[in-house]
Amino acid sequence: MLGTQKEQELYRRMVQRHAPRPKYLRNAVLAFLGGGAVSLVGQAVMTGIVSLGMTPKDAAIPTAAVMVFIGALLTGWGIYDEFGRYAGMGAALPITGFANSIVSPSLEFKREGYVLGMSAKMFSVAGPVIVYGLVTAFFASLVRVLLVGP
Amino acid sequence: MDFLLAFIIGGLICVAAQITLDATPLTPAHVMVLFVSLGAIASALGLYQPLVELAGAGATIPLPSFGHALVQGMLEEFKLSGWLGLISGGLKATSLALTVAIIMGFLTALVFNPRD
Repeated sequence: MLGTQKEQELYRRMVQRHAPRPKYLRNAVLAFLGGGAVSLVGQAVMTGIVSLGMTPKDAAIPTAAVMVFIGALLTGWGIYDEFGRYAGMGAALPITGFANSIVSPSLEFKREGYVLGMSAKMFSVAGPVIVYGLVTAFFASLVRVLLVGP
Repeated sequence: MDFLLAFIIGGLICVAAQITLDATPLTPAHVMVLFVSLGAIASALGLYQPLVELAGAGATIPLPSFGHALVQGMLEEFKLSGWLGLISGGLKATSLALTVAIIMGFLTALVFNPRD
């Protein structure tokens, strides 16, 4: 049963009033604190690696590797997904979140087998990240080399 | 000071991602893909390296730095070995972190069991 246009309009407004609105400020503050905290840990790891005699530039990738290790372990313990519930993109965007995006679905789909479950689902998010990362990086680098040189 | 800058810049990049997530219909996976691509473009424009020098891990820990590492790897390798380097340099530069991610992902999923 369709109401009159006026009734529909009233209903639409009522729905709009009661639909959950994203809590922009709260989410942003939590993302800031979460992402900041992970970066802080990363900075500490990086400082440690530099003290072993690496330059800060060379230390970036080993730091990322250590953070991936930490992120994978915390996901296995079930801590990282809990952290992600609060920090949102503050947990997902750091490289620890990339590790989480690999471990979390592969754990969940383990029961579907070690090949088509655990290993295939590892890349449900990491796959697109690598694909779009590589494609964009290739064309961005190509354009840069053609226009201004490396 | 290094630590404060890492916290602030790392936090701000995540806030930008969070606002993108909340204000658009995109899912977290879409936002991650978007930010990696933005990182690659910013890197090719020469904008990301200054941020890394300013913020250290605050710029290298968030995912746009994956795009940055790919582009810098491609450009470095291009200088060394020409056009083939442009193709091989990206994965070469990021192979350590990617291999650790895959091996750790495999082992963690093998050892742990999902929670309810």
